[in-house]
Amino acid sequence: MKEVVVLSGKGGTGKTSIVGSFAALAQSKVLADCDVDAADLHLLLQPVNQQKYDFWSGQIAFIDEEKCTQCGLCQDVCRFDAIRDFKVDPISCEGCGFCSHICPVEAITMKESLSGHWFISGTKYGHLVHARLGIAQENSGKLVALVRQQARQIAEKQGFNYIISDGPPGIGCPVISSLSGANLALLVTEPTLSGIHDLGRVIGVCHHFGVPAVVCINKYDINEDNTHQIETYCLDQEVEVASKISFDNVVTEALVKGLPVVECSQGKVAQQIEKLWQRISCTLVI
Amino acid sequence: MIISVASGKGGTGKTLVATSLALSLKERESVQLLDCDVEEPNDHVFVKPVFTQSEAVSIPVPRVDEEKCTYCGKCAEVCAYNAIAVTKQKVLVFPELCHGCGACSYLCPEEAISEEGKMIGVVESGCANSLKFAHGRLNIGEAMAPPIIRQLKEHASHEGTVIIDVSPGTSCPVVEAVSDSDFCILVTEPTPFGLNDLILAIETVRQLDIPCGIILNRAGVGDGKTEEYCQKENIPILLTIPLDTEIARLYSRGITLVEGIPQWQESFIGLFDKIKEIVIERGSGTKR
Repeated sequence: MKEVVVLSGKGGTGKTSIVGSFAALAQSKVLADCDVDAADLHLLLQPVNQQKYDFWSGQIAFIDEEKCTQCGLCQDVCRFDAIRDFKVDPISCEGCGFCSHICPVEAITMKESLSGHWFISGTKYGHLVHARLGIAQENSGKLVALVRQQARQIAEKQGFNYIISDGPPGIGCPVISSLSGANLALLVTEPTLSGIHDLGRVIGVCHHFGVPAVVCINKYDINEDNTHQIETYCLDQEVEVASKISFDNVVTEALVKGLPVVECSQGKVAQQIEKLWQRISCTLVI
Repeated sequence: MIISVASGKGGTGKTLVATSLALSLKERESVQLLDCDVEEPNDHVFVKPVFTQSEAVSIPVPRVDEEKCTYCGKCAEVCAYNAIAVTKQKVLVFPELCHGCGACSYLCPEEAISEEGKMIGVVESGCANSLKFAHGRLNIGEAMAPPIIRQLKEHASHEGTVIIDVSPGTSCPVVEAVSDSDFCILVTEPTPFGLNDLILAIETVRQLDIPCGIILNRAGVGDGKTEEYCQKENIPILLTIPLDTEIARLYSRGITLVEGIPQWQESFIGLFDKIKEIVIERGSGTKR
């Protein structure tokens, strides 16, 4: 079983649209939406039934007002400025528990916090594991790890060949959590100067964690000079450009219908994505 | 006044809005642009600042003096992040898991733990003509953006207008960047993805008790559901930017909207005036 994760650095380059189409094209797979703070893949795959689970994670300090003598020690040691006027701000609290260890009258306890939910959904394309991090919650990396672990369990149990993960933008905690240990990263970029800048950083992250990467230049024809610049850059970095996909409104039209683009078009874009999946599945076999 | 520019979904036009808003205002008053998307900072590509200052951002991680250590295990017991493990003859520190809370060094009964800085990124500041500019950069392979955002925000000017460009999403880096703003602009596009993530972003700013308004970018694609939603929720649409290949082309070349099509400057000044009105009406404007 092989796992491919789709990343981009810059947001909005087309990760989810491509993963949605892969869902329709690939056989024998589980889908994982690792963008847990702004998950969108379910909007294309239309889950029919859903099992919902709580995501308990991290802890938050709680001060018992009756025991508290307002000595102020907790406020002094907290490095996250989470305690003001002897009250804990749950958004700032990082759950380190330092305050609970040093409170001289044991007025502070740590309580588990419900940080979101995760789901195993059935779709016409197979299983989808996805999640919703609670608003303004931490631990997105942990929730991503949980989503991947569940997807892996399903794939192993049922003997599927692939895990296809839709990753988050950026290069930080949830990206690292989505990437580490995957077999391949597909990096979706666009021919804009921002896209090029961000691609360089996400290639760096793949190198850092030893995950092989291939690049897809989406909407390549909106600026062919920049596309050429990306191709030269990738050649220099020894990263394969596996596909160039044309700009076409058909992608947005499909999205409004709630369908992967390969399901409602046989045009150029659909063919390019199909070829890209063939290329990815070949790369994964090796 | 501090105005942050967020979105939920990535790629909806935060950078376009933040840079054009900052440049439109700079002739009228003192403006500072802070790019708080420290994982993928892009504003510098557009405003081309000259950096005059660069400072390292580090977080304190424990360093154990093995001569003093008795391997009692207290540090591992109090660490909420499993960043320290103690065996019979060895203490192992995993700096990438450490949040720098300081509990281990404070609570070590032998005073065997000191802290040393581990560099995770940089904050760079300077200016582009009369626009003050600063951004942060998370080092490749590092996970934690919030400490860099925190340090970057210490550079926020105490007078005039500060514009903060925020990373996509709704989790800790977004909360860190948006908090303490007087107003948050949410940039979206009228597609199902745009709307789904906009709703999450609205919930986030509401939780932080920050007033918000919408900029609808690429108007003309997708459907009319975002407008319907905003009307129902009574959230103002402050500005509409149409789907236009000329705008996309300028963006792809790293040219800001107001420099490429100067007529837009008036719209951004109008946007700022509307925001100012909302903030003053709400009475939360800091005295600047």
